[in-house]
Amino acid sequence: MRIQDKFAQLNKMNEKALIAYVCAGDPNAEATKEIVGALVRGGADIVELGLPFSDPVADGPTIQAASHRALDEGMNPDRYFELIASIDAGVPLVCMTYYNLIYKRGLEKFASDCARSGISGIIVPDLPAEESDDLHTACREHGVDLIFLVTPVTNKARMEKILGKTSGFVYIVSRLGVTGTRADVSHSTKEILSRVHTDVPKAVGFGISDREQACEVIAAGADAVIVGSAFVNIIASGENVNERVETLTRELKQACRSGN
Amino acid sequence: MKRSMYGRYGGQFVPEVLMPALAELEEAYDTYKEDPCFLEELAYYMKEFAGRETPLYFARNLSKKYGTRIYLKREDLVHGGAHKLNNTIGQALLAKYMGKKRLIAETGAGQHGTATAMVGANMGFETEVYMGAKDVQRQHMNVYRMQLMGTTVHSVQSGSKTLKDAINEALRDWVTNVENTHYLIGSVVGPHPYPMIVRDFQSVIGDEVKRQIMEKEGRYPDSIVACAGGGSNAMGIFHPFIDDREVRLFPVEAGGCGLKSTAKEALHSASLCIGEDGILQGAHTRVLQDRYGQILESSSVSAGLDYSGVGPELAHLADTGRINPCNVNDEEALEAFYELSRTEGIIPALESSHAIAYVMKMAQSGELGDLVVVNLSGRGDKDLETVFSLREMKDREVCL
Repeated sequence: MRIQDKFAQLNKMNEKALIAYVCAGDPNAEATKEIVGALVRGGADIVELGLPFSDPVADGPTIQAASHRALDEGMNPDRYFELIASIDAGVPLVCMTYYNLIYKRGLEKFASDCARSGISGIIVPDLPAEESDDLHTACREHGVDLIFLVTPVTNKARMEKILGKTSGFVYIVSRLGVTGTRADVSHSTKEILSRVHTDVPKAVGFGISDREQACEVIAAGADAVIVGSAFVNIIASGENVNERVETLTRELKQACRSGN
Repeated sequence: MKRSMYGRYGGQFVPEVLMPALAELEEAYDTYKEDPCFLEELAYYMKEFAGRETPLYFARNLSKKYGTRIYLKREDLVHGGAHKLNNTIGQALLAKYMGKKRLIAETGAGQHGTATAMVGANMGFETEVYMGAKDVQRQHMNVYRMQLMGTTVHSVQSGSKTLKDAINEALRDWVTNVENTHYLIGSVVGPHPYPMIVRDFQSVIGDEVKRQIMEKEGRYPDSIVACAGGGSNAMGIFHPFIDDREVRLFPVEAGGCGLKSTAKEALHSASLCIGEDGILQGAHTRVLQDRYGQILESSSVSAGLDYSGVGPELAHLADTGRINPCNVNDEEALEAFYELSRTEGIIPALESSHAIAYVMKMAQSGELGDLVVVNLSGRGDKDLETVFSLREMKDREVCL
């Protein structure tokens, strides 16, 4: 399913989107399939599946640890695409990974593997707009969205350049820093949302972990909420994972329904 | 070609949040590198604080023994005991002119961390240094030195617990505190403009060599030999000679325990010699990686060379054939450590010992010519503990 179709569908129902992130292969590929099932049952509209990299510089301790657990269990790009192909989620799947894994596989092959296995979009946190022309071309050819990030320190000129390139949605980093849960997200979120002028859906992430924060982000005008580390923490605990993931998803999704 | 590129290498592969800071840094550098006040202050610090210029010392005994004229560029005599201060003075001044209040840095052997701590204390910055836990252990004298000068040292527990992981943590700090913090990178690595800025501040080494060797020998050397981890002392001494094509340039990498790899770890740090194209910590360069692009942990007896990547400009110069990448293993480096200590009364850093070892190994082959300059990038006091524990192990006939 294309990301834009998902947002169109939600628009009709007057709902906002919940985007959930987990790291593929954490703690193993079979478990990831079940976790994706739980996320979808709980109401996740888009699922981001991290393809783990050895040196994830944009990630905080939670997702770093998840990446290492997955790598230790043998996750690699070949197995990742096999796993994706075996998942029938019924919602768009997005790949989040670092550029060296894409570069090493070959941009063209990576984009075509995404399209073939059922990945609708790619997020690459260490690939700024300036370096993205080749991957952008490969993604367009294969009908895969390349999703860019904007941050509180992105100025007007860069904002325009990035908004001109992103498709699917624009990933709005709500605060400076790496991924991970945080207590306060509201203030900087409002400030940055007021500066993002685009028809592409606006998804806010980094630091959001509970229903209250999700409500604040939606109230501030976001089209989607991205939650990652809160799910990864549940997975790391190893206790009643699927049930708790589904419950948290349901709570967060309620915020996306009742926010306006 | 974009200014940020060296051939196909270089670039700015960093999170979007850092792009404005890189632009700000490049702009500031372009402004201040021609600003008379900045240049005057830089010259003052280089002379009065760092103790430049450093001697170009004719190693009489070594020359006699190995049958070629060998000069040592004495960067070990720079304040702090290594060439690292050349760069930290330059970047800290830049940070001061840019109005930053806080410096962060990564360090491998602790030399760059120490050099950052020195300028941090002297110029009044809040200073924090990231150092791999393994390096904290093997270089703890440098940890004490940094702490003495008021720097907070963070022991990094992730990954291989060495330089690469320290850089990851420093980048994560910078992503979080980018508005008031300057990331003072210690080598010619990372995103543009760092490889250019660090190279330029370190080029004082090669500029001095040019003048000194003309005074002493009336000609340029046949070859210049420098160790290369990230490659800052190598680029610093090579750069002024790049257009003098008759001067052969040899970056010596750490061959570790041999040019082999296991699933997650390379037994060496020879990314110029046998690394492959990849993107690591902001730059397209040559890296040690597996078939999927996961970065391999590197290995070397010398913490300062223990890195899975290398500066993008060195990768480009290797591709074009202008430099001749080579490597020596741990054992050869250790032999050179002893040899220079005994023959010249100079204890070299284990990093610089790699350069000495290559000269010892190749002098008789004629490859290096009749006049060789070696960059003695640092002194070996920090390595005594490592060397003694290795010798004890050897005495007990435990394999290195």
